[in-house]
Amino acid sequence: MRYEAPESMEKAVALLAGANGGARVLAGGTDLLVQMRADVVDPELIVDIKKIRETRTITQDKGGFRIGAAVTGAELKEHTQLKQAWPGVVEAANLIGSTQVQGRATLGGNLCNGSPAADSVPALMAAGAVATIAGPNGTRDLPVEDVMLGPRQLALQRGEFVVSFLLPPRPPRSADAYLRFIPRTEMDIAVVGAGVNVTVDGAGTITAGRVSLGAVAPRVLLVAPAAQAIVGSRLDEAAQERLAAAARAACRPIDDKRGTTEFRIDVAGVLARRAALIALDRARTR
Amino acid sequence: MAKHHVEAIVNGDMVEFLCETEETLLDVLRDTLHLTGSKEGCSSGDCGACSVTLDGRLVCSCLVLGCEVGGRKIETIEGMAKGDTLHPLQQRFLEHAALQCGICTPGFLMASKALLERNPNPTETEIRYWLAGNLCRCTGYDKIITAVQDAAVAMRKG
Repeated sequence: MRYEAPESMEKAVALLAGANGGARVLAGGTDLLVQMRADVVDPELIVDIKKIRETRTITQDKGGFRIGAAVTGAELKEHTQLKQAWPGVVEAANLIGSTQVQGRATLGGNLCNGSPAADSVPALMAAGAVATIAGPNGTRDLPVEDVMLGPRQLALQRGEFVVSFLLPPRPPRSADAYLRFIPRTEMDIAVVGAGVNVTVDGAGTITAGRVSLGAVAPRVLLVAPAAQAIVGSRLDEAAQERLAAAARAACRPIDDKRGTTEFRIDVAGVLARRAALIALDRARTR
Repeated sequence: MAKHHVEAIVNGDMVEFLCETEETLLDVLRDTLHLTGSKEGCSSGDCGACSVTLDGRLVCSCLVLGCEVGGRKIETIEGMAKGDTLHPLQQRFLEHAALQCGICTPGFLMASKALLERNPNPTETEIRYWLAGNLCRCTGYDKIITAVQDAAVAMRKG
């Protein structure tokens, strides 16, 4: 097994495109190393992207934030302005694993691991994040909701990898929130996750919103009807009920030991409602 | 293919070693550098027994490749005491009997040290959340929390 740690996107792309026996990108390694140990994957080449500057920085870009794909959860938490602007994205990333895992785990890895239960992905989708992907033809931008196609399936071509995420400019009175259900308080995989992002006007009416659900379908869902259910409202009881109903209607979950189909559908409605209330409360007070 | 030649700083000393791509930092620490204080519990990042710091950041050494650490600073449990003088956390773990079989203890100590360096006066809740990635199967958690709180008091006094 070869290991390469290129310092430029171009070199990484060339390595990934030229690998014969399967190549894997290494960011934090909290999924990849576990899968290698369990013999789930056996790549011929590992391309460590952490020496590529663009993957490791958080910068202001186009009025928003650009977050490198290999920035760790611990680093996100320590970035005061990012946390202020995007509390939901940061809290979602920080729910992944332990303190030790936070020291390594990344947004890029969480997305590209291709799990429908990835905690940071619903938050990124609700935020309207766009992934910048490097490949043999240069870079291209793809909304996060279009990156994952299904479990372990990504819309990445041979030689491509995610370099960074762009979070859009923040209008005044905007905020996001992410909630998940797990059977205990820490260190578990989401049974259901819900990310909500809203903008309100001076009167407290929601003028724009996005709702995303995790672990209730083969891929993380962006639920447009759930967002439509609350835009134009002040999230009164009726709007909350419409939101919960739209969230439940979008769910196509599996039935497994961590949650039955019925339970996941019900909890999706509850979490969407609660996350929306938190996001709204945050948006009104800024 | 040839092994990777890696130079890193472990507990303040420059070390060099050869490793295969598949070898984790934990494998290198234990089997090549013979620093066996870091324990292998789960090898999947769940138990925290292999906790070390990498450039000051707490990580599971089982989830880091040996070939990734070139030029970086690693601190392990072996670097915690200064000669014969135990670190206040080590001393309080002994005094409070915050260990039974001891396998989890190096990881708990490294994790607790990283916490107190960032937050010298953590609440019980903060300690419990910070240490959620360290499992003690003898289930001696309460004594561990007490030891960390007591060490924090001692360290704040200097």
